Amino acid sequence: MPDTIQIQVNGEARDWRSGATVAELLRDLKITTERVAVELNLEILDRAAFAQRSLKDGDRVEILSFIGGGSF
Amino acid sequence: MADDRLVIAGREFKSRLWVGTGKYKNFVETQKAIEMSGADVVTVAVRRVNITDRSKDNLLDYIDPKKYTILPNTAGCYTVEDAVRYSRLARAAGVSDLIKLEVLGDEKTLFPDTAGLIEAAKILIKEGFIVLPYTNDDPIVAKKLVDIGCPAVMPLAAPIGSGLGIRNPYNLKILMESVTVPVIVDAGVGTASDAALAMEYGADAVLMNTAIAGAQDPLAMAEAMKYAVWAGRLAYKAGRIPRKLYATASSPIEGML
Repeated sequence: MPDTIQIQVNGEARDWRSGATVAELLRDLKITTERVAVELNLEILDRAAFAQRSLKDGDRVEILSFIGGGSF
Repeated sequence: MADDRLVIAGREFKSRLWVGTGKYKNFVETQKAIEMSGADVVTVAVRRVNITDRSKDNLLDYIDPKKYTILPNTAGCYTVEDAVRYSRLARAAGVSDLIKLEVLGDEKTLFPDTAGLIEAAKILIKEGFIVLPYTNDDPIVAKKLVDIGCPAVMPLAAPIGSGLGIRNPYNLKILMESVTVPVIVDAGVGTASDAALAMEYGADAVLMNTAIAGAQDPLAMAEAMKYAVWAGRLAYKAGRIPRKLYATASSPIEGML
């Protein structure tokens, strides 16, 4: 297993530590887990799974939250 | 008005004015405008978190989810797949099972794709969502949405952000008579009289964003909308006089010289 992996976070390529979990990714990005949704390779993760799921090379992570909006 | 509560899917709402949180200058203005409007339901969109600049504030730091019902929408979704995906993400982000479902037809009108809307609503209702669908002023579509389990319908007054007011009051009236669930007029309101009119027609609530956020003075308009919705609701409950072509004197003839 290489020490670094390349993943896509919100569409941006990022080099990351191999074996890091989703929870660690959020922490390193300074994103509080409260009121965010995380999609890993199109699968929406339960908040409880953040600490369990580790990232692999080529993973696509989407981190979403609420912003101001009425109708589009 | 205190006992005149709106109930949707067992949830009670104090305010019959619901507001969006987009297009404001900043979060402070958003917060103040919502306060002035008296709304207790606010809509939000679901978008990617900015991962490069974490210095930006979060909307929900300004709008307390304990004080307001946060109603996420699927704004910007043009397909059933996208609308379902965003709904699931909204639920995962964790406020509730409520979703304001939008499946848009095209960019120019932002009219709802009602066939897609019904399809997406069916999927989400099966997954336990409380679906509040943004729909056209079409009574037949509204009935279908209710039949599949939507606890309220949200027909447009006019295109989103257009400020044209109620374009088709007769359709809207038929729609309100056709369904037994609450009707929330959503989108197209331009000014206070539009909101009052919607309520006078018998709408259960009005949802707006641009009419307040885009006004010269958003805070003053927020307050105007609060009173407009109140006035419209009271007038609806009071029951207006019938329209007549000719005059009827208000003063008695007796006692005249």
